[in-house]
Amino acid sequence: MSLAASSITRLRQLLVSGEISPLDIVEDLEAAITARDADVGAFLSRDLAAAREAAAQADLSLPLGGIPIALKDNINALGEPCTCASRFLENGYLSPYDATVTRKLREAGAVIFGRTNMDEFAMGSATENSALRVTRNPRDLSRVPGGSSGGSAAAVAAHTAIAALGSDTGGSIRQPASHCGVVGLKPSYGRVSRFGLVAFASSLDQIGPLTRSVDDAAVLLQAIAGHDPADSTSLRTPVPDYLAEIDRGVSGMKLGLPREYFGDGIDPAVRATVMAAVDRLQAAGAEIVEISLPHTEHAVATYYILAPAEASSNLSRFDGIRYGVRHGGSGDLLDLYRDSREAGFGPEVKRRILLGTYVLSSGYYDAYYTRAQKVRTLIRRDFEQAFAGVDAILSPVAPGAARKIGENAGNPLQEYLSDIFTLSANLAGICAISVPAGEIESDTGTRLPVGLQILGPHLGEASLLRVAKAAEATSTPA
Amino acid sequence: MAQQSIDVRYVAGLARLHLSDEECAEFQPQLDAILGHAESLLSLDVTGIEATAHPVPVHDVLRADVPHESLPLERVLANAPEQAQGQIRVPKVIADA
Repeated sequence: MSLAASSITRLRQLLVSGEISPLDIVEDLEAAITARDADVGAFLSRDLAAAREAAAQADLSLPLGGIPIALKDNINALGEPCTCASRFLENGYLSPYDATVTRKLREAGAVIFGRTNMDEFAMGSATENSALRVTRNPRDLSRVPGGSSGGSAAAVAAHTAIAALGSDTGGSIRQPASHCGVVGLKPSYGRVSRFGLVAFASSLDQIGPLTRSVDDAAVLLQAIAGHDPADSTSLRTPVPDYLAEIDRGVSGMKLGLPREYFGDGIDPAVRATVMAAVDRLQAAGAEIVEISLPHTEHAVATYYILAPAEASSNLSRFDGIRYGVRHGGSGDLLDLYRDSREAGFGPEVKRRILLGTYVLSSGYYDAYYTRAQKVRTLIRRDFEQAFAGVDAILSPVAPGAARKIGENAGNPLQEYLSDIFTLSANLAGICAISVPAGEIESDTGTRLPVGLQILGPHLGEASLLRVAKAAEATSTPA
Repeated sequence: MAQQSIDVRYVAGLARLHLSDEECAEFQPQLDAILGHAESLLSLDVTGIEATAHPVPVHDVLRADVPHESLPLERVLANAPEQAQGQIRVPKVIADA
């Protein structure tokens, strides 16, 4: 197996034993990117010289010593571009600082290598809203990789990255992980600092890992989790050892199956694949119980009021003054704002800004925004009640496998509805992970990966990873 | 909740977006469909339910009022589309008398 196709855990063994050097991994990745990225399109940029230099200086005694990690292009790394896959930041923006996760990765010995494609400002479920590049699913190039962290998922799946960070506001780590056949973890809200992540919806955003294995996800979470004075929403709760109990298995654990997640509207082949994974966990000793999350059907409406509302506020900073595109400078200040934003933002970003501005505007605020915040409370309570009786919840990640490129063009509502199974975790602030569960036949003659979603209580990452590891261990090899 | 159509041009003004006529025509039915879906929330009784603005109950986080090093001025200014004399250039803000 090539180095570029190996797990973090395996590469660390090879590095520590001296069989390979960090530079070997960077060179192997560069060769893999040269060979495959023209087809897949996972990367927006990369600085090979900087990666080589960091690899040459890597401290192998550190937990991620010598391991290259790719970053979604909305996470700042000093001196590198951070385009958010937007025309607004395509030229003329270089990060003036490291995001806290970037700093923590460097402090753990990692080599930052490669910036991955995404939906513009993380708004989308297919990476088709990138203004800069098309990313294709490595398992079937006629299909999307999912999104919004589609570049990160595709890079890990295509063996052009060892592991990557993404961000998840409504499923943007888990859904592309499911579509590309890799592991994707959304940590609990407050577990990982958001400082240096370009904000989309601040009460929902979390940074998390996309990896080849559950162990690798645990290793990366270990490196990036923890309190940060620069993010007042990051929690002071101590970070446990995520590998300590990861191999304990699911024997004696109680896992819930929410009936609302297995109803109409889900591809029967996806349902069967997920249920087979559930059966394997049962055979491994877990007790499976049916539960109810009664407000699930309202998650899409709630999310697509609250997330655009927060986005419309967060994206007001893109005004053509301090960074990015500037247009209309000959007019007054208001013209400069309007023309810069018109030129810089793509259609999905504009739609969400309009939606958010509308639901926050006078006369509509209570009817939409306040009501959605109250329904968010009901969704949060659903999970609190469920976790009083079960250790974790099992569900599909998405109603279908990766769709064809262009399939939902012009129908944003249809696209939003496909987020139904991932949005609630963000609304409730809990942790959730997508683990490969199996594959289904496609009508394009390919086999498409399907993920199992495991949801855990707030700050329950240790037991979540334990269930995920058991699901991984019992899944049929591809 | 509003059953009527969203006034895209008006909302774009609030959002500081200079939309073209084509964009307004494209967004109108799309936004109406999304807001139509949102009306499903009307079926829920939310009387007495507290609003969740934030999923974790963390309030009034304060830090020590101690000065610390800021980002270097030249690194910040380097991203500004127009700059001069260590400052960001903007169009005239105050109108002529």
